[in-house]
Amino acid sequence: MNVVMYNNIRSDLRLIADTILPDSRVLDVGCGDGSLLGFLKSDKRVDGRGIELSMAGVRECVSNGLSVIQGDADTDLDAYPGDAFDFVVLSQTLQATHRPREVLENLIRIGHRAILSFPNFGHLGVRWSLAFDGRMPITGNLPDNWYDTPNIHLCTIHDFLSLCEDIEAEIEEAVALGADGLPLGYSACGLRANLLAPQAMFVLRKR
Amino acid sequence: MPKGDHKSRQLVTNTSGFNITLGDTQPMNLDNGAQFGPFDIAYQTYGILNAEKSNVILICHALTGDQYVAGEHPVTGRSGWWDEMVGVGKPIDTERFFVICINALGGCMGSAGPKEIDPKTNRPYGLEFPVITIADMVRAQKLVIEQLGIDQLFCVVGGSMGAMQVLEWASRYKDNVFSAMPIAGAARHTAQNIAFHEVGRQAILADPDWHGGNYMEHGAVPRRGLGVARMTAHITYLSEAALHRKFGRNLQNRAQPSYGFDADFQVESYLRHQGSTFVERFDANSYLYITRAMDYFDLAAEYGGSLAAAFDGVKARFCIVSFSSDWLFPTAENRAIVHALNAVAADVSFVEIESDQGHDAFLLDEPEFRRVAKGFIDSCAEQRGLGRPDR
Repeated sequence: MNVVMYNNIRSDLRLIADTILPDSRVLDVGCGDGSLLGFLKSDKRVDGRGIELSMAGVRECVSNGLSVIQGDADTDLDAYPGDAFDFVVLSQTLQATHRPREVLENLIRIGHRAILSFPNFGHLGVRWSLAFDGRMPITGNLPDNWYDTPNIHLCTIHDFLSLCEDIEAEIEEAVALGADGLPLGYSACGLRANLLAPQAMFVLRKR
Repeated sequence: MPKGDHKSRQLVTNTSGFNITLGDTQPMNLDNGAQFGPFDIAYQTYGILNAEKSNVILICHALTGDQYVAGEHPVTGRSGWWDEMVGVGKPIDTERFFVICINALGGCMGSAGPKEIDPKTNRPYGLEFPVITIADMVRAQKLVIEQLGIDQLFCVVGGSMGAMQVLEWASRYKDNVFSAMPIAGAARHTAQNIAFHEVGRQAILADPDWHGGNYMEHGAVPRRGLGVARMTAHITYLSEAALHRKFGRNLQNRAQPSYGFDADFQVESYLRHQGSTFVERFDANSYLYITRAMDYFDLAAEYGGSLAAAFDGVKARFCIVSFSSDWLFPTAENRAIVHALNAVAADVSFVEIESDQGHDAFLLDEPEFRRVAKGFIDSCAEQRGLGRPDR
């Protein structure tokens, strides 16, 4: 991904941060080095928690006073009670989980709102790569070769919308994003976004 | 104070530690139903208690540990068992925190235990000592803390059996614990753990020098039994990888095997040494009692088997640490604690440290572990209004 920094955090995280209300309870799943949580803690006084796979990331977070557990979305969401958080964030991770449907169900169960972003496999660049080059796509948002990608459950925006329908998730916001993580200015629900948006961000809640 | 001036800054401590008599006005209730007291508890402190009494870190020692955490051990003359972690400028910084470590009830370094004199009979307790539990040890610790006029512990820290005590503290005395760091622990002793302890106990009971527990009166010491117990236990504290790295199949001071039952292999010689030195510093009956206390530990049992219920209403901030090669208190057991704490929306951090040193990793030089511990303690201290470290 082309990284754009904005007020010291990545542009895509900034967009997520703007969605989160001050003084709320937040769980960031796949929180990395804690940059989003740290920003939310200092700027919005949120009570933040994180889940992160890497030991280095967890250590960094804990050293900075953040409460983070080493784990992942597949195994560590089941234990949380319903409505434990105001917001649960899953940024660029859904496609790397083993059980995306259960993960999504957990997100809207334990959070009043779930904020997700993911790469769109229906994007024109992806289609071009498959249709005309006959190769697995390598794009700005999907930079890895097929044999070493962590992404095992890629989907198009339309695929995602139909899963939301299946699990009775209501879409509150749907933002089409460019490769740089900045909004393209149109909704992520629709033919246009499914073809032209490299990624998308959704805010979901249980219907 | 100038930076880099560590040498001139001394570890503030009293060489031999302190003793306190408890349960003299009102005996302490034990889990087995008995009332116990009066009894002595020995403890050691490091650093200086602040005026608000808000900078107290209680360290809970492991099965064969004692209260001499840092600096020179007054009995063995060696370094304290957690010198890596406790001292001037270390993660548990004795310049900022008042560190207390209490010899566990049932132990043999000054606290009431089977080798101490029963004030009612003026003879060593021996097997007349009541069978105690982890909760009983923590009750005694709570009495010590109360006697010192301390209301809230800034942090309770401990590894292995110490971690069990940390969990017991956080669950039982929810208002008195600000932060908790259980390391390489578990909320219950597993069947495998109990099994290994039983082997150790049987080795002691089978030693003719044990004399039905009355070896002191016979002027004997069950060296063989306690030594074998320690040898077995020591294997469980290491890992296959660590044993292989240290010893491999190397022979001990010889070019050829002896074709006998001498300690041909280095690993045998090492274990024999571990066994024989342990006997010099630990009491066999204490070993029976303390292993039993660990076996009985199951924090969820009182709560209908629900560990989450045991943590319901906890206020402490937790940092749970496991080590990847620890097969005695494995990551899965630690993760179960994390999940139970998540279920009650507690404030919890958890990290599994990559290490090949097995269960003992928490006692050894593990820089990544020290960094996590320091980060957690420093951030809790800031939250508690104890300020930031000056370096």
